[in-house]
Amino acid sequence: MSINKQQDFGTPASDAQQTVTLEIDGFKVTAPVGTSIMRAAASIGIDIPKLCATDSIEPFGSCRLCVVQIEGGRGMPASCTTPVAEGLKISTQNQKLADVRRGVMELYISDHPLDCLTCSANGDCELQDMAGAVGLREVRYNPAGENHLGAVKDESNPYFSFDPSKCIVCSRCVRACEETQGTFALTIDGRGFDSKVSPSENQAFMDSECVSCGACVQACPTATLMEKSVIDHGQPEHAIVTTCAYCGVGCSFRAEMKGEQVIRMVPNKDGQANHGHSCVKGRFAFGYTTHKDRVTKPMIRASISDPWKEVSWEEAINHAASELKRIQQKYGKDSIGGITSSRCTNEEVYLMQKLIRAGFGNNNVDTCARVCHSPTGYGLKQTFGESSGTQDFDSVMEADVIMVIGANPTDGHPVFASLMKKRLRQAAKLIVADPRQIDLVRTPHIQADYHLKLRPSTNVALINALAYVIVTENLVDEDFVNARCDMESFSKWRTFIAQEQNSPEAAESITGVPAADVRAAARLYATAKNAAIYYGLGVTEHSQGSTTVIGIANLAMATGNLGRKGVGVNPLRGQNNVQGSCDMGSFPHEYPGYRHVANDDTRHLFEATWHTDLSPEPGLRIPNMFEAALDKTFMGLYVQGEDIAQSDPDTQHVHAALRSMECVIVQDLFLNETAKFAHVFFPGSSFLEKNGTFTNAERRISPVRKVMTPLAKYQDWEVTQMLANAMGYPMNYSHPSEIMAELASLTPTFAGVSYEKIDRLGSIQWPCNDEAPEGTPIMHKGEFMRDDGKGLFMLTGYVPTAEKVTPKFPLILTTGRILSQYNVGAQTRRTQNNVWHAEDILEIHPHDAEDRGINNQDWVGIKSRAGETVLRALVSERMQPGIVYTTFHFPESGANVITTDNSDWATNCPEYKVTAVQVTKVNQPSEWQKNYRAFSEDQLELLAQGRDGEEKETA
Amino acid sequence: MSHKIERLIKMANDISNFFNTETDKELAAEGVKKHLLRAWEPRMRHEIIAYYQQDGSGLSPLAKEAVKMLAAD
Ligand code: SF4
Ligand code: SF4
Ligand code: SF4
Ligand code: FES
Repeated sequence: MSINKQQDFGTPASDAQQTVTLEIDGFKVTAPVGTSIMRAAASIGIDIPKLCATDSIEPFGSCRLCVVQIEGGRGMPASCTTPVAEGLKISTQNQKLADVRRGVMELYISDHPLDCLTCSANGDCELQDMAGAVGLREVRYNPAGENHLGAVKDESNPYFSFDPSKCIVCSRCVRACEETQGTFALTIDGRGFDSKVSPSENQAFMDSECVSCGACVQACPTATLMEKSVIDHGQPEHAIVTTCAYCGVGCSFRAEMKGEQVIRMVPNKDGQANHGHSCVKGRFAFGYTTHKDRVTKPMIRASISDPWKEVSWEEAINHAASELKRIQQKYGKDSIGGITSSRCTNEEVYLMQKLIRAGFGNNNVDTCARVCHSPTGYGLKQTFGESSGTQDFDSVMEADVIMVIGANPTDGHPVFASLMKKRLRQAAKLIVADPRQIDLVRTPHIQADYHLKLRPSTNVALINALAYVIVTENLVDEDFVNARCDMESFSKWRTFIAQEQNSPEAAESITGVPAADVRAAARLYATAKNAAIYYGLGVTEHSQGSTTVIGIANLAMATGNLGRKGVGVNPLRGQNNVQGSCDMGSFPHEYPGYRHVANDDTRHLFEATWHTDLSPEPGLRIPNMFEAALDKTFMGLYVQGEDIAQSDPDTQHVHAALRSMECVIVQDLFLNETAKFAHVFFPGSSFLEKNGTFTNAERRISPVRKVMTPLAKYQDWEVTQMLANAMGYPMNYSHPSEIMAELASLTPTFAGVSYEKIDRLGSIQWPCNDEAPEGTPIMHKGEFMRDDGKGLFMLTGYVPTAEKVTPKFPLILTTGRILSQYNVGAQTRRTQNNVWHAEDILEIHPHDAEDRGINNQDWVGIKSRAGETVLRALVSERMQPGIVYTTFHFPESGANVITTDNSDWATNCPEYKVTAVQVTKVNQPSEWQKNYRAFSEDQLELLAQGRDGEEKETA
Repeated sequence: MSHKIERLIKMANDISNFFNTETDKELAAEGVKKHLLRAWEPRMRHEIIAYYQQDGSGLSPLAKEAVKMLAAD
């Protein structure tokens, strides 16, 4: 193994079709029009010295190290900024060029500290490399002269340091921040010798606009911007490609290692989802994997008021199996079940649902997607025939109009947001439909053309109004609809949508969005050459979540925005493997590949392969499991990698349900909130400790690779396998690739997927089968995936939510997430990302705050009909009056204590986005918080007692 | 009434609210019924049928119709 650096071609690739042929140092080379001479040379292994160019950003031509000579041409042009042309004859090396380059280097080095031996970049410094390449032997300028060697370091960012004394002012960082990330946080101040890089207006990084994505660190050729982990531990010695375990973008990374220690996570240039970019979470927030809170020994206890007892794996597995069997004997076969996680690999999820369906003998399996994207699965399956987004991420680069509905990509899907922002800066128009002024609405060089600031819970009314304009103003793409859609459903839909109640004017009183804006936005969307919709949890987490998804699908079909690049319906998935965990058959009514358990053909196929009879009845969904638990008919639960006690709505109800079960088994990295109610704890393995695959929001199956030994000895899938065997259902996989092979043999959309192919191609977008052996970036090209190949229109009547504001609860609370923290925060809270967000806060509009005498930083009580909690207030105009907003990353904030049991009609996805609340100024935590804090402290004490006991026994 | 049956009633009514937009009420009821069959665990279906047979007053007309069809199957 070696570190095997990724080649830098100096300038970005040209995507032109036309090519030219030229000669470089006597070698013929053919390159697309628009390619730089530098890149063309690199493509045949000729490295032209360079400093200010790197292939992730446009060339700048400032260092002049890359000069070349062109036969018959004048002067010495910079090869990074000079494009190839037919018949050119170029020399990259001769005496004259060498002299110029040496002169350039001499100037740079004269103002650069000569501490190479002790520099953190030693061995990975382009300045050092170039000094070697040009043969620099002496520096004639006076080292005692004016220089920047005394410049002060900026250590404010927790993950990287900025040492301006080493800066060569190549501006690669500035351009990376602009072009790659789109934040524009860095500038070059001053001119000539005085010029220097700094975050906007000479601030420290932490005080600037910087979002710590790491693009500048990646682009910096010197030690100026450097990961602190490299400064602390030295250069890594080998690298393994793997996939980020945080969000649904699914960025590919190189885990750069020293033995079994991760030194840094570097975004993979060949990554097909991220093309070498990353965000603060995947790039830097991996410290949780070795955090002291990791529980690494299996534990059991009889009751949740007992101390935990550390036991051997064998004992823990046997105990769990015998408990589950005992419960089934006492309460019946259907009295147990399990919950899979979007944070786990495809193979782990597949195995969980197999264990439940085949080993437990029922279909009581559900997944956390229940609480986020289950309406996407339902709505897109009904209309298009497949439960997934239609495009790849790169498709956005051909969109002319982008409509973002109920999503906050810059926080939730940062790397994709950077790509989207790039397209918006280039050409595309932007429509945002969101109650909140998300960052995308106004960000450097981007301004939304329309921000439809609708009231929470009125998505359907808005979507219908958009459709009304399209139908009544004759903006329907009749050719597309005729050729591709079910015409009966279309004419029904057209009649329904054209009713006056759906007009923007009628909808205005519901949505609060001016009719004129709706009309203009609808025209913009419908008349664009390519228009694409991106949506998130602001669509799904509503009582009409599925209806909105269907409405979005209707819009795209009616305007013919499907089946090619630049268009489509694109759900932005929250967690890394939401798509995958759903694909793997995590829903109680569906086998892998979204096939209903009542379908005899499918079931017999699984029965034959799994050698057992399977139940043809749908199992319990998560909220129904809770109900059944309170009813004493569901008494045992195996939860892998999920924290339902924190993430699910109506916390007090969930806690009561967990308390009433006889055996709760939790498999996780940490003693999470759910584990505080558990009887068996299986220590989990982090994404760095196991092999498998994740599937991102664009259906891309990417490899997850084990880079270190599991701290608790086993990878998660091995634990599930042991439990299955202990329960008497044999499983004998020796590697996750065998699990994938079994899945592929049973699932038509995965038929062509194998580890060997993933390794060869880097990643695969399903469907992957005989028709699409290398996968499918864009779906529904010729026809839809429904049985008859036609897209189905469905009627989307607006039904107001039952959650209404009243004098008692006059405000609407809506919830969301922020960039630095991830979901329930179990991982990110255990990293330095807390410097950006150390607690959940309540955002409230100045009017509402003033009415209640609330100031910034005050403690405020938030009360709904479900419960009450207390947070600090942030008075902010991002919210409209009447709406308050918070995140749910910290368990003690209890944001879900207030959310209610309202849910999507089709899938029971909770209505997180709408809760009627009252907010008042208070001076202490809520009763719930006090009780929960006490409970939580007790549980940590019971954990500590178990550990002490163990130490005493072994001592 | 237990929390649980209240919840099932609400779920059934929520489902029928979606299908209610369909003007052909027979088709609408069929849609609700299919959804119940497709997504509800047998325990839940039995309970809503039992509730419909004993009382049923909390169910919307369309939900009632669908549960009736479910009971008849
Ligand atoms: S870390 Fe990212 S956002 Fe911050 S300055 Fe660097 S490129 Fe810009
Ligand atoms: S910080 Fe690095 S990338 Fe930025 S100008 Fe200085 S040397 Fe170049
Ligand atoms: S959290 Fe998402 S955007 Fe950030 S690095 Fe990971 S996959 Fe990429
Ligand atoms: S690399 Fe071409 S001018 Fe700097």
